[in-house]
Amino acid sequence: MAAIAKPLPQPTPETQEYWDGLRRGELRIQRCNTCGRGYFYPRPFCPRAGCHSRDVGWITASGKGTLATYIITHRGHPAFEAPYVIALVELEEGGRMMTNIVGLEDLEPANLPVGAPVEIVFQPSEEDITLPMFRLV
Amino acid sequence: MFDTRELRHKVAIVGAAETNEVGVLPNHSQLQLHAEAAFNALDDAGLTLDDIDGYAGVQGAAVTEYLGIMPRWIDATGVGGCSFLIHVSHAVAAIAAGYCSTVLITHGESGRSRVGVGAPSGGRGEPGGQFDAPFGVAGPPSRFSVPIAAHMAKYGTTEEHLAAVSVATRQWASRNPRAMMREPITVEDVINSRLIAWPLHLLNCCLVTDGGGALILTSEDRARDFPKPPIYVLGRGESAQHQNISQMRDLTGWSAAAEITGPEAFRMAGVGHDAIDHLMLYDAFSHTPIYALEALGFVGPGEGGPWFAEMNSAPGGTLPVNTNGGGLSYTHTGMYGMFAIQEAVRQLRGEAAAQVDGVRTSLVHAPGGMFSATATLILSNE
Ligand SMILES: [Zn+2]
Repeated sequence: MAAIAKPLPQPTPETQEYWDGLRRGELRIQRCNTCGRGYFYPRPFCPRAGCHSRDVGWITASGKGTLATYIITHRGHPAFEAPYVIALVELEEGGRMMTNIVGLEDLEPANLPVGAPVEIVFQPSEEDITLPMFRLV
Repeated sequence: MFDTRELRHKVAIVGAAETNEVGVLPNHSQLQLHAEAAFNALDDAGLTLDDIDGYAGVQGAAVTEYLGIMPRWIDATGVGGCSFLIHVSHAVAAIAAGYCSTVLITHGESGRSRVGVGAPSGGRGEPGGQFDAPFGVAGPPSRFSVPIAAHMAKYGTTEEHLAAVSVATRQWASRNPRAMMREPITVEDVINSRLIAWPLHLLNCCLVTDGGGALILTSEDRARDFPKPPIYVLGRGESAQHQNISQMRDLTGWSAAAEITGPEAFRMAGVGHDAIDHLMLYDAFSHTPIYALEALGFVGPGEGGPWFAEMNSAPGGTLPVNTNGGGLSYTHTGMYGMFAIQEAVRQLRGEAAAQVDGVRTSLVHAPGGMFSATATLILSNE
């Protein structure tokens, strides 16, 4: 039986810059020039209620953020070795993204406090895709 | 333009039924489940398919073809498990506007046996495919569960609180012969069941089953001409806030329920929380009813876990919740909302397996997807 492939993204025109950036080791996200805040995922307007400005640009984010929430998956995708952590990270510049928390020896809730500072780890994958993963600082 | 309050009590459910069985039904295609439920609901209302001039269901035209009907109003809203509540909501407006007079809503889902079911969708280039899927989310247990740790951190919600939801729901299921899981369980049983995605254990997760249900709605002026007592739609609310769980507005609260669907349903119904004597809160996982109870204002933010731990929702409790045994223990085909409505109708008619005395007004609330879409109904037998 062939090994099950990991699900990889297919960049689209409005997200290409983000994926190109990750491959270079940069976290490129978009920021709204009207409300001044970063957002995720990329699209050609600010998704924030009450703003929705189309005056937006790209920035290189610091790769720092906080752990917003997570699960420790014991029965996840067959291409992943369980258990593993699926998390949401709030980026310092604004915007929230899904990720995996890597570099932890002991996957215990006590070692993963919500609100903990995290930083990006650029994780090369197949098909020229680099994924943004995070570790506790 | 009129006020939605003018639609209060204007449309009633006059037929309601599920498939002959719910559970594991490998001898039924998904469309067969739609049809079996439809015929059962028609029998319940004393009608035939020729009396139907409006149709709603997530499979839309496929079901009109299978049933051989050509309605003058259709609604194929398909936003997951709350779709059927939205179909009811839309049918109220359609009947009041004269688009049609007699609406059939069907649900059929071969969620477990997967007979006659299309391939799951979701491309690698869609936002979920690009920004969530690469991190190993795999189905609802690893998506719906993601916000819980934020709720625990903010409010002190515990695994014991989550377990209590499953325990109370199982107590109702043990009184329902049609429920798939009827053995009583304890908080320890839930916490000792295997981890699926911390903080969720197996017994915090809904079942995966086959089954269906159908409803027939018509206008108030005709509603008393049917064999069963009419169940009136007093209030409704609907919304959507995201598709992918990573984009949920507030990880610690159900924004659309708190800001839109709950307030709108109560406003239209013209009743307060104290008028609600029965709740159906879609329980895909143990935390879903906790988020719902808080967002709808039955308790304050963060008070949902302790409320369930006090067994308020259980038989003999202060406010019965999920009296059929819920998605956790009764049945859960994938899009459970239809079964939540069915149980509310049974309780309001006085024909439920675990009948609660004197139910007059029931609130049904459901998510579609992972807290993605949201809908609320307030139903009454008065
Ligand atoms: Zn903005």
